[in-house]
Amino acid sequence: MEVFLQTLVAGILRGGLYALIGIGMTLIMGVMGIINLAHGQLMMVAMYLTFVFFHYAGVDPYVALPANMVALFFMGVLIQRYLLNPLMKVESILPENQVLMTVGIGMVLTEIARFIFTSNYLSVKTSYSTAAVYVGGISFSVALMIGFCVAVLFTVGMFWFLLKTDLGRSVRAVSQDGEAAQLMGVDAERIKVITMGLGAALVAAAGTMLMPIYYLFPDIGGPFTRKAFVITILGGLGSTVGAIFGGMTLGLAEAFGATYISMEWEDLIGLVIFILVLLFLPGGFRRLTKV
Amino acid sequence: MREHYAPLVLLAILIAFPLVVADSYYRHLMILVLMWVAIGSGWNIIAGYTGQVSFGDAAFFGAGAYTAGLLASKLGISAWWGLPLGGLMAIVVAFPFGWICFKLRGAYFALATLALNEVLRHVATIWESLTDGMVGILLMQTFVSKVPYYYIALTIAVMSIVAVEIVTRSRWGYYFISIRENQDTAESMGIDTHYYKMISLCMAAFLTGLAGGLYMNYMGFIDPSIVFSLHDISIMAILVGIVGGVSTVYGPAVGAFIMVAVSEIFRTGGFGLLDSLTKATGSHVIAVITNYVKAAHVLSFGVLVVLVILLLPNGIVGDWDRLKRAVFRR
Repeated sequence: MEVFLQTLVAGILRGGLYALIGIGMTLIMGVMGIINLAHGQLMMVAMYLTFVFFHYAGVDPYVALPANMVALFFMGVLIQRYLLNPLMKVESILPENQVLMTVGIGMVLTEIARFIFTSNYLSVKTSYSTAAVYVGGISFSVALMIGFCVAVLFTVGMFWFLLKTDLGRSVRAVSQDGEAAQLMGVDAERIKVITMGLGAALVAAAGTMLMPIYYLFPDIGGPFTRKAFVITILGGLGSTVGAIFGGMTLGLAEAFGATYISMEWEDLIGLVIFILVLLFLPGGFRRLTKV
Repeated sequence: MREHYAPLVLLAILIAFPLVVADSYYRHLMILVLMWVAIGSGWNIIAGYTGQVSFGDAAFFGAGAYTAGLLASKLGISAWWGLPLGGLMAIVVAFPFGWICFKLRGAYFALATLALNEVLRHVATIWESLTDGMVGILLMQTFVSKVPYYYIALTIAVMSIVAVEIVTRSRWGYYFISIRENQDTAESMGIDTHYYKMISLCMAAFLTGLAGGLYMNYMGFIDPSIVFSLHDISIMAILVGIVGGVSTVYGPAVGAFIMVAVSEIFRTGGFGLLDSLTKATGSHVIAVITNYVKAAHVLSFGVLVVLVILLLPNGIVGDWDRLKRAVFRR
């Protein structure tokens, strides 16, 4: 029973961070209509920023969080402005060239990281990296709990932004129907640029939160990109609420898989879920909840 | 009439190539080019003509390679049976996959192919009792000389080009293109889109699996991270397709030549040119640059993806007229 509860806690805490990764992805998905296959790689960049801040300036990861988010916001803006938006004007036979472009961007980011930091495993060892609080024999990792709380905070903030602000409404309008939004006077290209920036900033937050407890190497982006698209498919494409459920489900499934089946199956579990969802629930949780 | 002679002249040059060039390194590169012609042509059928972009060609390639490898290592049959059977095995993988995943459209289908690639790589790694996991499969090569491999690869490459040529001139080719241009309209015209997408995928898988079987026989060693590699197989297949030109018959051939050359230039540091420069000058700077160039192999792929999509979205063959104008105007 204790093992079960411990696994449940670990899964939920990890799921919170996954939800944060998934929301960024699903926002981009909704507005641009493309899957951002450089999502995990953007997170990798944020993680390296955290490492640099910590290692060379002694800045705590949680203090570096705002700086990372701003940096990644601008990176997302530049990518969208100069690499993805121009593609809409290019006449191409291949319909998926924007998705292909994100694959290329992801590869470039990974390899640049390898040039600068080599392939070695790096980590940020803070005083609270291994600290844990015990409640009834079940340990709660401090770093993961902080990460979970911050993730919840950002998720709530994101909902407030999307539902209550003018800009947020514009984002939702473009996501529902780009052309109609444009006719209503919304500058769709600008909204796309901002959305890409926001998605990158959210995944930067998730990466920074993971850094105290995770290790870091250039190829870490790939697995997280895959996790992000499993979450998005699971939650329903473009659905923000779905991304939260998707993140939680993936977090729990991975935790239980690692405990009860085998550690080496951890990466495979997400993909198995992906295929099961395609088979039995195309459209994801969105089909069940209609939000 | 000139268009009809050009491919025949090229074929004659290719047949004569190993007789003229005795250097086994360049023969090896040409075998790789010919193998990539087959893979690129397969990718071109499903992605270029039918518009269902595959990010997971390595799944079919690996299925073909592992079929050849396992036939020899587990059943003791000649690995050459792995050529036809590898192609068929790739279809066995592609058929249920397509059946399920062709419900998905556009980018989601691309994601599903990516997932298929990853799943097969994990399975090949974990299922050690069958595949020996990361240890891989090692075979003795049948021939010492590269010439037999060259002609086998040439046969496969020519076969795949001819297959693409025949298919695109047939009714099927038009069905494929109509699915790419507008699936709903195609469906309303009475084309069974699911059925023709399946045909297209199975053809692509067969060619790719065939190339995988050839790879096993020729290289003599495979492991999951080589044949199911996302960068070195799946992305390379896409690059071969788009650099040469999507939905052109000869695009993948041009793309294969360029991509193998690019990847070799980076891997060997400009065919050893930089190494000899370092030795000649004894300069520390050039030695550092050499190391960076050698490590930039995957980076060059990424940069190429970005540049080609931005500047040459239809590839060298597809944008040939535009290229010619841009060059000769100046």
